[in-house]
Amino acid sequence: MTTPATGGGGGAPGSALVDLTIDAAAAALRARRVSSTELTTAALARIEATEPTLHSFITVTPELALAQAREADARLAAGAPRGPLDGIPLAIKDIINTRGVRTTAGSRILEQFVSPYDATVTQRLRAAGAVCVGKANCDEFAMGSSNESSAYGGARNPWDPTRVPGGSSGGSASAVAARQCLGALGTDTGGSIRQPAAHCGIVGLKPTYGRVSRYGVIAYASSLDQVGPMARTVRDCAHLLGGIAGHDRFDSTSVPRPVPDYAAALDGGVRGLRIGLPKEYFVEGMSPEVADAVRGAVRQLEALGAVVEDVSLPHTEYAVAAYYLIATAEASSNLARYDGTRYGLRVDRGQGLLDMYQQTRGAGFGAEVKRRIMLGTYALSAGYYDAFYLKGQQVRTLIRRDFEQVFSTCQAIVTPTAPTTAFRLGEKITDPLEMYLSDIFTISVNLAGLPGLSLPCGFDRQGLPIGLQIIGRPFDEETVLRAAHAYEQSTDWHQRRPDL
Amino acid sequence: MAITREEVRHIALLARLPLNADEEIAFAQQLDHILAAFTNLDRLDTTGVEPTAHIAPLATPFRDDVVSTTPDPDAWLANGPARDGRFFKVPKIIE
Repeated sequence: MTTPATGGGGGAPGSALVDLTIDAAAAALRARRVSSTELTTAALARIEATEPTLHSFITVTPELALAQAREADARLAAGAPRGPLDGIPLAIKDIINTRGVRTTAGSRILEQFVSPYDATVTQRLRAAGAVCVGKANCDEFAMGSSNESSAYGGARNPWDPTRVPGGSSGGSASAVAARQCLGALGTDTGGSIRQPAAHCGIVGLKPTYGRVSRYGVIAYASSLDQVGPMARTVRDCAHLLGGIAGHDRFDSTSVPRPVPDYAAALDGGVRGLRIGLPKEYFVEGMSPEVADAVRGAVRQLEALGAVVEDVSLPHTEYAVAAYYLIATAEASSNLARYDGTRYGLRVDRGQGLLDMYQQTRGAGFGAEVKRRIMLGTYALSAGYYDAFYLKGQQVRTLIRRDFEQVFSTCQAIVTPTAPTTAFRLGEKITDPLEMYLSDIFTISVNLAGLPGLSLPCGFDRQGLPIGLQIIGRPFDEETVLRAAHAYEQSTDWHQRRPDL
Repeated sequence: MAITREEVRHIALLARLPLNADEEIAFAQQLDHILAAFTNLDRLDTTGVEPTAHIAPLATPFRDDVVSTTPDPDAWLANGPARDGRFFKVPKIIE
């Protein structure tokens, strides 16, 4: 299934350029060995060649991309690049608002929505000179773990297009793995960056809650949502995080802390780093190949000098229930704004306001979104609030305390990212609960608001990538990135690529 | 626990979702299945445990009440499904 990193990319045009990491491309741009226009043209050609198979994008933006590339080239020619992202072709998950570009959140209800403003992260990427090649496919309103709930048809896994890329940022993951772009933004509410990163063999980082602004990011569950980078190397994720992190007065949950130089924090290795290995994350039902690969990665970290100790996160088994009660309750509230009044779809049969609301929402939302709105409305409704929503929030406290306990002695925690490798299309779509369990290892991190990263740590016998999750203390993305970088540099998993 | 179709119908009304008969049956079964799995929370004694609403260590930020320029209203109205000049047009609210 795999070819060497220096291979021909299945003969797709421009493959040598799109194989560049962000870091290498930035160096090549500054040395004038390549132009942003050449890079962008190569990415667009790669999109054209592979998109019929992958469907990673809901909207491709070639004109915008080439215009941004020309502007970047003018800055580079003037010797004034804006930083490591200047002129770099990126994809943006279609749940993040981009001024003047259609932003659908994977939903029919926003099919015609052209955002009149940029999300803060989009605005920061523009200011950094990045090139937007398109809006990446995602589960509808980020509700899904497979991309199959996208109203536009889900993205596919580049390692095996009969399999899902994961979700909800599956289009972003697929696009990065397939070299349709050099990096991407995703969002992660319960694992939506890390799980698709694991399934597609790339690196994905969910930052600490509050590290990155949510302004202009279409809300799913506001107390859990966080934007983060997806790329082919840890260093590239560090560059992207540096481009989007930092306080934003438009987001009242954005935390006013200085942004460290993440790329500079990568070196130093893991010698003496205390890493916890929670026993609750090696559960019945998980793939033995995943467990083996993760244990192998743990031995590798030990060989690099880390001190790994067994730890316990005793409330792990309650995380999925607490998460789905809290997330769906917040979703039912957030999605009340789609009422056909101010933007988006309207279905009006002339039978009054209530009818307009119901017909609009009935036609605009897909089955998974309706299911979560129903679940959340139920959990919040009279008589059930204490039993479900309040209980979920109390369990969230217990889960947060578990992590605090472990982090009183450990500096990082290592777990599998997902219990299995990428599953087949249709395999879990008929059983919502089964689908919810595919996020079993990522959800706790959102409930506790911590930074979590997934990076490749092996492949199963079918050639599908396996992800290793590294969890850090609040606002300590630097340690997470440093540990991930040390591991990555000692392996070659990240250099493998799908043969498309 | 068994969620009835009547409960599903009531929740759907609160959520402003129109469900046909098939959807009512399907959602009743699915919500029941999902919530039954979530009853594992009942095993946990959470007496006296403070709920966590969200994780950021922040107080409500305040800003001065200063008049600022409104962005171009046309840009914001452009996504409106029906408009009349500078207004969104909606069905009659009071019957």
